[in-house]
Amino acid sequence: MKISTFFYTIQQGFKNLFRNKWYSLASIATISACLFLFGIFYAIVANFQYMVKGAEENICVTVFFEEGITDARIEEIGKMISNRTEVSEVVYISAEEAWADYQKIYFGDRAEEFIAGYPTNPLYRDMNYVVYLSDVSMQDTLVTYLYSIEGVRLVRYSALTASTLSGVNLLIGYVSLGIIVVLLAVSVFLISNTVTIGISVRREEINIMKYIGATDFFVRAPFVLEGMLIGLIGAAIPLWVVHYFYGSVLDYAAEKFSMLSHLLIFLPAETIFGFLTPVCLGVGVGIGFVGSISTVRKHLHV
Amino acid sequence: MRRKEAIRKQQAKFIEENGVICLDNVSKSYSTGSPALNGISLKVHRGEFVFIVGDSGSGKSTLIKLLLRELVASAGQVSVMGKDMAKLRRREIPKLRRNLGVVFQDFRLLNDRNVYENVAFAQRIIEVPGREIRRNVPAILATVGLAGKYKAKTTQLSGGEQQRVALARALINNPSILLADEPTGNLDPKNSWDIMKLLEEINEAGTTVVVVTHNREIVNAMQKRVVTMKKGVIISDEEEGAYIDDED
Repeated sequence: MKISTFFYTIQQGFKNLFRNKWYSLASIATISACLFLFGIFYAIVANFQYMVKGAEENICVTVFFEEGITDARIEEIGKMISNRTEVSEVVYISAEEAWADYQKIYFGDRAEEFIAGYPTNPLYRDMNYVVYLSDVSMQDTLVTYLYSIEGVRLVRYSALTASTLSGVNLLIGYVSLGIIVVLLAVSVFLISNTVTIGISVRREEINIMKYIGATDFFVRAPFVLEGMLIGLIGAAIPLWVVHYFYGSVLDYAAEKFSMLSHLLIFLPAETIFGFLTPVCLGVGVGIGFVGSISTVRKHLHV
Repeated sequence: MRRKEAIRKQQAKFIEENGVICLDNVSKSYSTGSPALNGISLKVHRGEFVFIVGDSGSGKSTLIKLLLRELVASAGQVSVMGKDMAKLRRREIPKLRRNLGVVFQDFRLLNDRNVYENVAFAQRIIEVPGREIRRNVPAILATVGLAGKYKAKTTQLSGGEQQRVALARALINNPSILLADEPTGNLDPKNSWDIMKLLEEINEAGTTVVVVTHNREIVNAMQKRVVTMKKGVIISDEEEGAYIDDED
């Protein structure tokens, strides 16, 4: 292909956008609407999962030891727990630290007044390991394992919180996957239909080109480029809109719900759009490409 | 290279003996109804001017479609410029059509482009450099009498002017054969005559011209070869012929 033909093809692709401005607008609007819904939904789901994940990370299991256990055995148990794949972090709390934490929580400013009644550390046998999980759904397995370790007296955990969070996470995963698949399928259907109708209207134009000796490539290339441009613009608009809204929602939540800031932890825009931008642009351009190439092909047999 | 040269010589010899258009016992049937063409044979030699006349359903349009390789014959052999249409591969069709200028009754112009772009398009598809296109298009537009209207949208032109644009587009690549399917069908008598005069001039310059028409007055006045078709067969083929009425 000559360079002049290459540039002519590109020029025609851009010109086609304006020649058929109503069709272009309809296609861009369809793509934008579909990808806008997809973007909004993804932002909601990603943040919800992020918050649930944050809550999961605070779930821990506390391991207490039998009376008279040696420091060496405690250290050994600590290593055994750390080696478990479902464990993300193990923190040792000595009996003194446990007593100091207790005072801080329950006695507050009047600690000195209350501890007078305790000549020795009442929690002298409550040194423990606080075990954080990397996967909360594995809590039951870990607890069973912990009880099987010689020297472990008691394992304290919240089965309900763990199973609820794990269930919610699983549900969000399935529901979001289902909705995203449906949204994408609807988008592909709507967009390819719009592209099909738009190009069908120009069947006559394609016929004329073929009659006067244009190759399939020469006919197809501007249409395909036009389809891809429509997809690109149709994807860029909702990305910009969702980005704008996302920033506004984050600012609004930070201002109005500052007391819930430890619960409402949003994903930064870069994380959301690090995924959304390539996916939306890829879907837009891909649908424009596939839709136009398959539709033009139908009309090329002249 | 040597093989291509041999094929070219073979085609030249075939054209010399059988003409630029050669139909040998050609039939064409569609999936429903009687055959559109039934065993027709026709030779058109280089530089000829031929009218193909006949009533609706006589097979004229099917004949044009076979020559453009829009259709393939059900039986017999169709050769255009020495090439067997049945053996032509799909990717070779554009190359064949660039040797055939085509003009239709409904003009078939790209209505979203101006006169210049419509004519230039035929040059762009054969990748003529832009500099040459800028030289060739005004020249051919002057030949068809539209030098001053190159910027006009085709929808702003009269029927006669639109047909001139179509002619300019058909001629700009110097085709060996010009196929005109009812070129005056949508034109008034004056414009019809203007177009026919242009076709005659094109023919005098060496291009083979095949005109499918219903226009009795023009056919009778021009005294050219007339091939008459009826119900898919050629019923008459006369040099300096006349339009044969159905009753004749």
